[in-house]
Amino acid sequence: MRFFSSLYPLAFIMVSGVIALFYVSHTTLTSWFRRDVCFSQPSITFVELPSEMHMSERVQYKQPSVLHGRSDVASVTPWLAPIVWKDTYDPVVFDHIYKNRNLTIATTVFAVGKYILFMHDFLETAEKYFMVGFNVHYYIFTDNPKAVPEVKFSPGRVKTIIEVPGSKRWQEISSRRMEMIQKTIEEHIKDEADYIFCLDVDTKFYDYWGPESLGTLVACLHPGYYEQQRESFPYERRSASTAYIPNNEGDYYYGGAVIGGLVGEVHKVAKTCRENLELDASKSIEAAWQEESHLNRYFLYNKPTKVLSPEYLWQDFKAKTKEIRTIRFSQVIKNYAEVRPNQ
Amino acid sequence: YKDKIMPLTICNLSSHNFMLISIFYIIFSQHSERSKVLLQHGVGLSKTLTHIPTKVLTMKLQLMRGDVLTVTSWLAPIVWEGTFDSAVIDGIYKPLNVTIATTVFAVGKYITYLKDFLESAEKHYMVGYNINYYIFTDQPENIPAVTLAAGRSLWSLRVPAFNRWQEISLQRMSFIRKAIEEQIRKEASFIFCLDVDMRFDNHWGAEALGNLVAVIHPWFYQASRDSFPYERRPESLAYVHADEGDFYYGGAVFGGLIDEVYKLTGTCEEHLVIDKGKDIEAVWQEESHLNWYFIYNKPTKLLSMEYLWSDEKVKITELKVVRLSTIKKNLAAVRPN
Repeated sequence: MRFFSSLYPLAFIMVSGVIALFYVSHTTLTSWFRRDVCFSQPSITFVELPSEMHMSERVQYKQPSVLHGRSDVASVTPWLAPIVWKDTYDPVVFDHIYKNRNLTIATTVFAVGKYILFMHDFLETAEKYFMVGFNVHYYIFTDNPKAVPEVKFSPGRVKTIIEVPGSKRWQEISSRRMEMIQKTIEEHIKDEADYIFCLDVDTKFYDYWGPESLGTLVACLHPGYYEQQRESFPYERRSASTAYIPNNEGDYYYGGAVIGGLVGEVHKVAKTCRENLELDASKSIEAAWQEESHLNRYFLYNKPTKVLSPEYLWQDFKAKTKEIRTIRFSQVIKNYAEVRPNQ
Repeated sequence: YKDKIMPLTICNLSSHNFMLISIFYIIFSQHSERSKVLLQHGVGLSKTLTHIPTKVLTMKLQLMRGDVLTVTSWLAPIVWEGTFDSAVIDGIYKPLNVTIATTVFAVGKYITYLKDFLESAEKHYMVGYNINYYIFTDQPENIPAVTLAAGRSLWSLRVPAFNRWQEISLQRMSFIRKAIEEQIRKEASFIFCLDVDMRFDNHWGAEALGNLVAVIHPWFYQASRDSFPYERRPESLAYVHADEGDFYYGGAVFGGLIDEVYKLTGTCEEHLVIDKGKDIEAVWQEESHLNWYFIYNKPTKLLSMEYLWSDEKVKITELKVVRLSTIKKNLAAVRPN
């Protein structure tokens, strides 16, 4: 009798434990459901905006026309991803859709060696034009943390400086970006941001760059090649390289200076490109344009869900063409001999 | 004494383990919540590592369609002939082996449209993809025998026959929502909800797939928003103000990811029930509620009028191909009221 009476409290604990477990799993699952997490088959693989384009209130804006849009440029790719040009979208609608979602946009930028000199203008113009009104977390990779300039940030915008080794070769600095981006996403960014943009530092903002640029996987058309045929794209053409693209393939030539998307997607880009760069290095091959070649190969097989027009990546030395109605982000004119550690 | 201690320790350990397991479960699930949500909505296109065969297309940024709008003001593509490359689209979607649920309501005399609908769908609709047709009908025994291609199957779901056609229309949202909950979500990744009194005439394919897909109504694409037939009485939850609205969407075609359409049908059902409680029926039944929903939850892809035309309309030059068309019919003959 004493044996059994001592079992009662234990049985009680066990049963409560089981009930608690069921209760907890039930409420956790239903709260996931209420948060509208996709409960259908996993791996919905898909080329589009991830979240609802939800507006919580009435907004006034001009009615769009079915039969009239910009007739001088293609505003959609053959896989139906939008190509973002000025006057193809309404900033009012976008501001309302994204306003209350409290998103954080991570922004990585590499300023190694003398490239730290570009940091000030980059940050200052970013504060004026880039994702204004959003939480932005800059991740500045540099071998000279003390030289990072103090720039006044608007509320909700912060920076983290990450020290990285310098290099005697600019090509190596360029190639190692992928590894750094991958690691930093894994160690910090995945818990701190929703979207990420990886931008070049030797560039300045001249006009607004806003939430119209957000998407699951975002690439940008290189300003030097958007008018050319695929055979003249500077893809890597040696079949021994993992970045190889033959002459009769390729959609666009994307610029390595701008990569964006959901953190999870850009992580995949960085990881794959890094692995391919290492494979090439083991065979003593360096692709024609380093990680930009690998990026182009990645985007051929993993099509971006949104493509930014060359408005989002211009070059100061290029004259504006008639299709370009505004320049938002442009590479500054520089003396390569002065800023690069090698030729 | 030993005999008492042994069972004590084992029982203790088990309940202790239960507690530990449940604690770890909670902690783990909360921590990875954010990344889970992000990844679940992710692209996953990288799974397609096989090379996508590309046609020789001039990828210059030349204009493919300069005569129509190909992207909305919120950057959702509008699908027209010439804007997409089927080879690329199929290269992306076919390897994913997705199943596309397709609901259609064939109640009362509308069951007579089912044969042509299914036969033409087998020829033109999502050819080469796995399709589950879900036929909502009051007469499952009258569903015509149509040969379905491989990977395509048909389910019948019984619904009551109403004596008002408006009632059938209104209840669709509720039936679809229930069917998604009880069955469809386990069987498909995408869903399209189509009207039955229609016929496929040309390719209607995977270029239509998207998170949340609507079609531009063939009768109102040129109208200004204040003449769209939105519900204009403020008492209804489908009320749209005269200076609101993007496009007027057709209720005959809507679709998307299962959970997106689940949200849509759930919201419309709720609104329909509330309206009914106030004795108000929106001017175009569930199409009015759908249009309200799409103003506040913008579709991520729009289908042009190629994807929903009408036999009664004269083709316009911008329409290079008619893919799906509502059949001209004698309304008095087929409607119960």
